[in-house]
Parts: sequence; structure tokens; C-alpha cells
Amino acid sequence: MDTSGMNLTYILSPKTKNICLTLIGVGLVATIVGIFHGTADPMHTQRIWSNIWLDIFFFFSISLLATFFYAVQYAAEAAWAVAYKRIMEAVMKFLPVGASLVFLYCILGVLGVHHTWKWLSPTAVAADKVLQNKSAFLNPTMFLGLTFLFLLAYVSYQRWTCKMSLEADAGGDGVKYWKMNQRKAAIFLVFFGFTSVVGSWFWLMSIDAHWFSTLFGWYVFAGQWIGAIITFNLIGLHLKSKGQGEFLNDSHQHDMGKWMFAVSFLWTYLWFSQFMLIWYANLPEEVAYYKARWDDYRGLLWTMFFMNFSLPMLMLMSRDAKRNRTFIFIVGIVIYFFHWVDTFIMIMPGSIGAGGHIGMIEIGMFMAGTGGFAWFVLAQLAKAPLLVKNHPYLQETLHFHI
Amino acid sequence: MSAKTIIHGIYNDEEKLKEGAIQLRSARIRVKEVFSPFPIHGIDPIIGVDRTWISICCFIYGLTGMSLALLMTWYMMVGDWPADIGGKPSMAFYMAIPAFIPVTFESTVFCAGHGMAITFFLRSWILPGVSPKNPDPRTTDDMFLMEIEAKPEDESRIVAMLKASGAAEVNVK
Repeated sequence: MDTSGMNLTYILSPKTKNICLTLIGVGLVATIVGIFHGTADPMHTQRIWSNIWLDIFFFFSISLLATFFYAVQYAAEAAWAVAYKRIMEAVMKFLPVGASLVFLYCILGVLGVHHTWKWLSPTAVAADKVLQNKSAFLNPTMFLGLTFLFLLAYVSYQRWTCKMSLEADAGGDGVKYWKMNQRKAAIFLVFFGFTSVVGSWFWLMSIDAHWFSTLFGWYVFAGQWIGAIITFNLIGLHLKSKGQGEFLNDSHQHDMGKWMFAVSFLWTYLWFSQFMLIWYANLPEEVAYYKARWDDYRGLLWTMFFMNFSLPMLMLMSRDAKRNRTFIFIVGIVIYFFHWVDTFIMIMPGSIGAGGHIGMIEIGMFMAGTGGFAWFVLAQLAKAPLLVKNHPYLQETLHFHI
Repeated sequence: MSAKTIIHGIYNDEEKLKEGAIQLRSARIRVKEVFSPFPIHGIDPIIGVDRTWISICCFIYGLTGMSLALLMTWYMMVGDWPADIGGKPSMAFYMAIPAFIPVTFESTVFCAGHGMAITFFLRSWILPGVSPKNPDPRTTDDMFLMEIEAKPEDESRIVAMLKASGAAEVNVK
């Protein structure tokens, strides 16, 4: 198939910019109103900090899981996703920003500026036998050291692979670049597989410092994986709405729909496995986590669970629905929001206690974050041609048909 | 019955067979069946096979399996004799339902999978003791066979079309 007739230059139009700016503007206004409104709440300052962490982590992990998904395509020798390669790279390019923000937030935690992780405070540890027993792992040196190491490795892989992608475009042996990428992707996946789990212990699980769960890391990253897939889908739909992206055919859409459907089930499986085992065993040190959520966040917890599970199941089950761009858009937007709610429920009960709820600050910061993230990613998309050149699977992906 | 002639066009390349089928269809000749050692990508619309209903059957079998499992667990654990296991609430089904989800899941998958396999065997009539419908054993190895049922007066035209499209062998019965 000839690609010379396709318009492969994406331009961030003023209209798109205005939508992003509106999201940022409305979000910031709502946040400021929320900040001045709730000062009577003793947890008010921490609530603001927890929300900052929620949005930093949410968008950071979307770009991290985009990198993971990108590496999977190389390791699996998948051809269909090559049409989405530049879209994935645009999302991945947020990773250095996201990782820097994560590290900055961790440093602020160690310095005692905010109290998202209670075990970082020496006085809290001195008064708590459980935290003392955990202090071989949960201590500031391990926390900052491992966080830095993991983030550095993720960002190095992401920067290297994005650079190689453009280098291969400039001319050169596509097969050679592909093989190099496959080797690095396999190494990255092994590294990511272990470190993402350990990272999730530090970044989210230790907010409820007494609690532990072995499958927590997979559960967190399965949720963020859907976030990454929804982002690819939405960018694809955005390109289509501008009359671009002719290389994305119905079969590509079908496969992306399948991924949204399948990973939703992976997430549900892990969420439910964690919940059911803890509910059944009823051990005090494990149940405390769900007790806090059951007592104070029950409505949100079950709404979030059923939306993230039933909506993709009922709406994306049939073949026609996965090819229907309206369905993909609606389900994508809704479960994108409810996976953010999932992250909210992971962070809030442990860091601000029973009083957490979705109010002006939460919605405002989420809107501003979404606007900023969308603007950043689309600006990255505009920096490179929308389709790769010299890729060994390029013709296969253009003729992709299922 | 004597009014029909069976013509077998045997190809050694599935792309040639597809070409031949397209030509036959455009000449308004129905391709009765294609026998192949592997699924030929994109053959269904060419020879006019409708989209399969097996996925809808699968959904119905899955729903059946789910309902059976819920009914079974309700009857065993709540309805017939409320069983208290590990202090879990047993007087109402909804309170103990997390414990029944794994078995419901397994039953759904079991019924969907087995139901679909049995439906496939019945629909294709691949059953123990049934003689194979395959007209030529070479189609299980490296040959692709297209079967056409035609009126005797069309026979020579169809044979010529098959040969022109690259059939390695044409048999008329």
C-alpha cells in the first residue's frame, strides 16, 4: 500500500488547543474555589497534596504502561500495532515529565512537606511497632533510592526507543533497528515486571502502611494499562475526526477495542481476587484496608467496580461494538474516569482518612491534569510523522485485516 | 437428482482458488463448499458464507452456565440448608455472593467452552462414526478443493473457468 497520498503531519489546531485550555482553566478555577472553600477541614492541606499525588501518579502510570505496551509489541513480534506506533510514542514522551514529578513528590514526602506516607515520619515510626518491623524496607533511603533507580531505567528505555524510532525513519536498515528494539524490549519487560510491583508497594500500597497484598502491583498496573489503551484509542479517534489516520482501519479499531475489553477483565479479575480472598480469610491485618473503604467509600467503591467491569463487558462484547467508534469513545471516556476513581480510592482512605470525597478540588485537578496531559501528548504527536518508515512490519500493518 | 453435476476444482495455491471463486461468483455460479487444510483468510465473503452465529451461541451458553451455577450455589448453600462456613453470612444469598463468584465464573467458562465445541461438531457433522464429507484426502495435506453443484449444460463452461483460473485438476462426477 502506498502511503504517499496520506497526510502524515499532525498539526495541533487552535480548536484542540482551546479545548485543552478550557479544561485546564475550568479545572484550575474549580481547584482554587475548592481550596478556599474547605479550609475548615483539618485534613484540608493533606487533601490538596493527596490530590496532587493522585493526578501525578495517574498520568505518570498511563505513560509508563504505554511504554510497557509498546515493548510488548516488540517482544510479541506484533505487526498490527505498528500503525499505532507514533501515537504510543507521543504518550510515552510524557514519561520523563511524569517520572520527574513522581520523584519530586517523593522528595517532598521525605522532607516532611506533606504526609502522604506516614511511615516517612520518624515520630510515627517510633510510636508504631508494625512500622518499626517494616523499616528495613520502608525507610527514606530505600524509598528514594529504588524510586530513582526504577524511574531512571524506565525513562532511559523510553528515550532510547523513541530516539531509535526516528533514527530508523531517517533511513537505514529497518530490520536491524527492529532487532535491536526487540532485545531491549525484552530486557525492559523483565525489569518492568519486577520493579513495577515493588514500585507500587512504595508509591501506593505503603500509604496504608500496615497493610499488604501480594497481587496489588498487578492490580494497580492492570488499571493503568487500560488508561494507556484508552489514550491510544482516543488519539486514534481524534485523528479520524480530523480526516487523518487513514492507516488506522476497522481491523485496527477492532483490535484496540479487544484490548480495552480484555484488560478490563484482567483488572476486574485482579480486583476481585484481592477483595474476595481478603473478605473470605477475614484476617485483621488484611481486612483493615477494605474496612476503611467499606465504611467511608462504599458507594464510590462499588460504582467504580461495576462501571469498570460491567460497562466494557456489556458494551464491548460484540464484534460490531468494538468496531463502532462511538461505542469505543463513550466506554473509553467513562472507564477512563472510573479508573481515576479507582486510583482515588487507593490513595485517599490511607492518607486523609474517612473524610475523603470527590469535590471541587478532586474534579478540578483531574480536569486540569487531563487538559495538560492531552495538550502535552498531542504536541508530541505533532513533532513526528504519524506513520513510521522503514519498519519491517509496515506493509503488514497497512494491510491488516481480521 | 440426475439433473445436477458435481464439479471439483483442485488447486495447489489458495490464492488461485480465491481468484477462481471470485470469477465463478461474478458469473452467478454458486460455490457449494471449499475444502482446505487450513482456514483461508477472507474466503467467507467470497463464497457467500454468512458470518457465524457461534459467538452468539457462546454468549447464550455462558449465560446458561452462570444461571445454573448461581441456582446451584443458592440452593446448596442458602436455600436448602444454610451452611455456615468460616462464619460467613449464609442467611441471604447476596451477602455471601463473593464466595460463589469463582465457581460461577468456572461454570460460565465450562458451559460456554463445551457448548461451543459441541455446537461446532454438530454443525460441521464431525462426530464419532460419521464418515468424512471430505471428497479428496489430499485436501488434508497440500491441496485446496472447490466443490460446485451445477446443471449439466453449465458443465463445460465451469470446467473452462476453473482451468483458466489455475486449477491443477478438475474432476466431474
